Amino acid sequence: MAVTKTEPINGSTTKSSAPPLPSMPLKSDLLSILSLKSLRLKTKQQELLIRVSILCLVYVLAFITRLFSVLRYESMIHEFDPYFNYRTTLFLTQKGFYEFWNWFDSESWYPLGRIIGGTLYPGLMVTAAMMYWGLRFLRFAVHIREVCVLTAPFFASNTTLVAYFFGKEIWDTGAGLVAAVLIAICPGYISRSVAGSYDNEGVAIFALLLTFYLFVKAVNTGSLAWGLASAFGYFYMVSAWGGYVFIINLIPLYVLALLITGRYSMRLYVAYNCMYVLGMLLAMQIRFVGFQHVQSGEHMAAMGVFFLMQVFYFLDWVKHLLNDKKLFEAFLRITVTCAVGVGAIALGVGTASGYISPWSGRFYSLLDPTYAKDHIPIIASVSEHQPTAWSSFMFDFHILLFLFPAGLYFCFKRLSDATIFIVMYGLTSMYFAGVMVRLILVATPAVCLISAIAVSATIKNLTMLLRTKSKVSQTGSTKGTGGGKTSSKAMLDQSQPFQRNGAIALLFGAFYLLSRYAIHCTWVTSEAYSSPSIVLAARGAHGNRVIFDDYREAYYWLRQNTPPDAKVMSWWDYGYQITAMGNRTVIVDNNTWNNTHIATVGRAMSSYEDEAYEIMRSLDVDYVLVVFGGVTGYSSDDINKFLWMVRIGGGVFPVIKEPDYLVNGEYRVDKGAAPKMLNCLMYKLSYYRFGELMTEYGKPPGYDRARGVEIGNKDIKLEHLEEAFTTSNWIVRIYKVKPPNNRW
Amino acid sequence: MSPPHRVNPQPLSLSPRQPKHPATTKMARSNFSVLTILSVILLLPVLSLSFSPDSPSDRRLLVLFDDLSLKSSHSIFFNSLKSRGFDLDFKLADDPKLALQRYGQYLYDGLILFSPSIERFGGALDLAAVLDFVDSGHDLIIAADSSASDLIKSVATECGVDFDEDPSALVIDHRSYAVVGTEGDHTLIAADDFIESDVLLGENKIEAPVLFKGIAHSLNAANNLVLKVLSASPAAYSANPSSKLSSPPSLTGSSISLVSVVQARNNARIMITGSLDLFSNRFFRSSVQKAGSPKKYDKSGNEQFVAELSKWVFHERGHLKAVNLRHNKAGETNEPAMYRIKDDLDFSVEIYEWSGKSWEPYVANDVQVQFYMMSPYVLKTLSNDKKGLYHTSFKVPDVYGVFQFKVEYNRLGYTSLLLSKQIPVRPFKHNEYERFITAAFPYYGASFTMMAGFFIFSFVYLYHK
Repeated sequence: MAVTKTEPINGSTTKSSAPPLPSMPLKSDLLSILSLKSLRLKTKQQELLIRVSILCLVYVLAFITRLFSVLRYESMIHEFDPYFNYRTTLFLTQKGFYEFWNWFDSESWYPLGRIIGGTLYPGLMVTAAMMYWGLRFLRFAVHIREVCVLTAPFFASNTTLVAYFFGKEIWDTGAGLVAAVLIAICPGYISRSVAGSYDNEGVAIFALLLTFYLFVKAVNTGSLAWGLASAFGYFYMVSAWGGYVFIINLIPLYVLALLITGRYSMRLYVAYNCMYVLGMLLAMQIRFVGFQHVQSGEHMAAMGVFFLMQVFYFLDWVKHLLNDKKLFEAFLRITVTCAVGVGAIALGVGTASGYISPWSGRFYSLLDPTYAKDHIPIIASVSEHQPTAWSSFMFDFHILLFLFPAGLYFCFKRLSDATIFIVMYGLTSMYFAGVMVRLILVATPAVCLISAIAVSATIKNLTMLLRTKSKVSQTGSTKGTGGGKTSSKAMLDQSQPFQRNGAIALLFGAFYLLSRYAIHCTWVTSEAYSSPSIVLAARGAHGNRVIFDDYREAYYWLRQNTPPDAKVMSWWDYGYQITAMGNRTVIVDNNTWNNTHIATVGRAMSSYEDEAYEIMRSLDVDYVLVVFGGVTGYSSDDINKFLWMVRIGGGVFPVIKEPDYLVNGEYRVDKGAAPKMLNCLMYKLSYYRFGELMTEYGKPPGYDRARGVEIGNKDIKLEHLEEAFTTSNWIVRIYKVKPPNNRW
Repeated sequence: MSPPHRVNPQPLSLSPRQPKHPATTKMARSNFSVLTILSVILLLPVLSLSFSPDSPSDRRLLVLFDDLSLKSSHSIFFNSLKSRGFDLDFKLADDPKLALQRYGQYLYDGLILFSPSIERFGGALDLAAVLDFVDSGHDLIIAADSSASDLIKSVATECGVDFDEDPSALVIDHRSYAVVGTEGDHTLIAADDFIESDVLLGENKIEAPVLFKGIAHSLNAANNLVLKVLSASPAAYSANPSSKLSSPPSLTGSSISLVSVVQARNNARIMITGSLDLFSNRFFRSSVQKAGSPKKYDKSGNEQFVAELSKWVFHERGHLKAVNLRHNKAGETNEPAMYRIKDDLDFSVEIYEWSGKSWEPYVANDVQVQFYMMSPYVLKTLSNDKKGLYHTSFKVPDVYGVFQFKVEYNRLGYTSLLLSKQIPVRPFKHNEYERFITAAFPYYGASFTMMAGFFIFSFVYLYHK
């Protein structure tokens, strides 16, 4: 039943021509010493030189294209999560690994605290710390922040190399080179790996692609060593990002597909078993993952396939022993029934007894895009968990979106173990990319690789067309690179001149498209993806650039002006930044592990001031921080996020009802707003003293520029809070919670 | 989070340029260079007598009158204060130089408002200044009478006490009025419904009723710090004695308070009464007989009542301090920055009571400590050694998080002690778990036999053909 392939087809071009190579240099070495003509290298060497120099250029290009953010702004950490990663990395470099591993952080999730060591994926921090220590050892006096800022570009560069090898493995060197170039500048990847975007994804995409590459290599060669290497790649991936679940489900799915299509082989058996068993054992060493590989429903598919693999092997052996078709069929029936039965019972008992945990909400929401919206508002509230719009596909992939189906066609045309893998990876990740915006990132390598196959195959065929005429004499000598080529050559002989012109036109078209792609990528990188989001930039009235540095202003104010043990309440988005930059304790942060705690904050924000005061007192809150965009027109402020606070708060505390804040199902902040809306804490804190402010010429005072309305409650009095600090553009407003009335 | 005891309004570290006392100002003005320093040195003993956390009794009182005749008509009260060591400063309430603070420092520790009819204070004093005075930890006595002005009433309102809105109303009691020569209109009341508290009213029971003639007030239900010290009898009501009752009186019975006290959250103490005569020499000396009671007292209870209550108001009694809050792991002495779950720890705090002259150990068996994170995980009564040291030891619960040691001690009359100290509790480190578990020996055995088995199998498979 096994389709025995001693050598994958795709490797044939390079490998079959490899043996002559070693003998050539020997001769040429002698020549090189003697003659000046030796500067002219042999074709193979020329090709190698070009390939290496292209790769070097791509390596450098991938790095420098991600430096736009540093040039435009400064060397700084971006966004929200990276601040946590930076803070933990700093801790790691200062206190050492064991302290980091056992770190109990009392500055976040007050008063619950957070066991940092056991609730993060340490891969990123350890990687950065290693680079830092390495550079220090080499006497480069770098600051850890610089290392963190440049970690993502550095790993993006490494990803291009992996993409090259991966492309080479599944198709040929040309596809590998194109894949490396495409992935180096693909916006879908750049969005998460610009300098300063110090997030798990930065190293995880590298680890993901590396694992896949090593696994495919292991499947192609059947080598235990490559299987081992892929297990280690998987270990690195598990240590770096929660997205490893994708690997541990895709690979079994792939193996299952191979089994079903009758491509079971010893190579596959060795590769998968080695990768799964060792990868699982290694992954268990990560505290955050722990026993999930044997206990969580999300990892059961891999285990099921592992057992199935043994059953397959066993059946193969029995078939070999029995040598009797009838007897074997009977045996097969019994074994398969037993195996499936035992598997089902084990799964049922495990799930019923609670040993195997059910699928988590995040996993469900991946399979069913509407699940989170109905059940888990906290997942649905995150903008990067929203379903992807078509425009962002176009934005992130550009021509790859059209090359992807073409590449799939080429893959199907030349089906092998490796291309089946990339097809499955591409299709599943494209589905997930449609479910969640952020998963475009996971799809990007697959899209780049498949598009690279399309580009490489097309151009190769076209150039082949062009060159056949000039090398008519040589056609006989060159070995056919594939069945397809010979047939095309046959066709080509019939109508040569017309096809040749067509080929030239098509080639120009392809180069035009690729250059458009390069221009698009550069433009997107410089305009859209290099903004640190903590420093906002806008165009002024005269076209000049206006920088709003209010976030940092507010966090430095907190750091300088509040007592060291002050507790700051804000919506969870800003938690990591407050702890990292403000160095103050927060109630909730971006690690949304405790929904009740977040709901409590949501409830406080959506209650009347006196009710909110009780909640804040019970949480020992000293300061409240809100983000307000009414003056600058910054639209992702707390008022626009407010309905999520109501929903999340209402999910746990039914006293908070969403319709109370809406008027006829409409969310508004002007005079027609719901009375509860106009008097809830969030509204009061956002619009306190705003009624006196003229924001735009020709508009009444209290005109909210983010929402384009005049606010409904201009006379806001605060009883239990007092304004402590408002940044220069009013983006961040900090209020102090007053102590209880002295005489009451 | 709350201050452990009364906020110190007057730190002792003085810079020579800042006069701290009325007397210093004059001297500092006349002599600039050397004498300033000299005067400060000379005045240091005087200054150290003033209010401080070490000796919390008030020393300098400002008394405001409507007219200065009160100084003589209420002289017994003032003399008793003076004899207790107070430094009294008498001023007219509309004195244009009136000021409670100078250069950010308060000049007085206590304020006695014997000026019921004042509509506007003189100088820098106003409602907000009086309230700030209290909110910065100073004490206040307000006495009103039937002429009480809106200003005085609003001061009282801010302290949680509402005087009767009817300006002509007086407290009338047809059952427990004081029998005097003439029958009168029963507005002179012999009240003996005292609050039961030794801390507020001293250990000696006040035998004779207290004479009261003045206006009624009620406690604001929203305020839970105000206390009725002397309440009217159930038969009392507040109305205009000279006119017929046309409608039921708004304040009746024992909801009428005659004398109330407030202990603010910062432990500033306020005494409010609707009778200025309560403090007068006439009432102090007069004999009293409660209507319907055969017993006649030669002397009213006023003097004792007022003296004892003023001792409380000016922090000569009932003032506690909690110091040296300590905690450490059992068997260690240093205070750790963090505990681990299931650690054994010792907790101790020292509580002293101010006797008026010195700090005495406070002995009670109801002081408790909480180990608190959103709710108390441990609540333990502290045992004391009769020398002021309260101590207990307990095991940290098996829950990690940011805990607080909380001592919340609120007893009637005493300063409320609210101490809290934050301490994080961490889970076990990776190397703090038990290394070899007996229950796991089968697993250890299994893995080692597996290893051995694998080795033997490989050996046999490879070399034994």
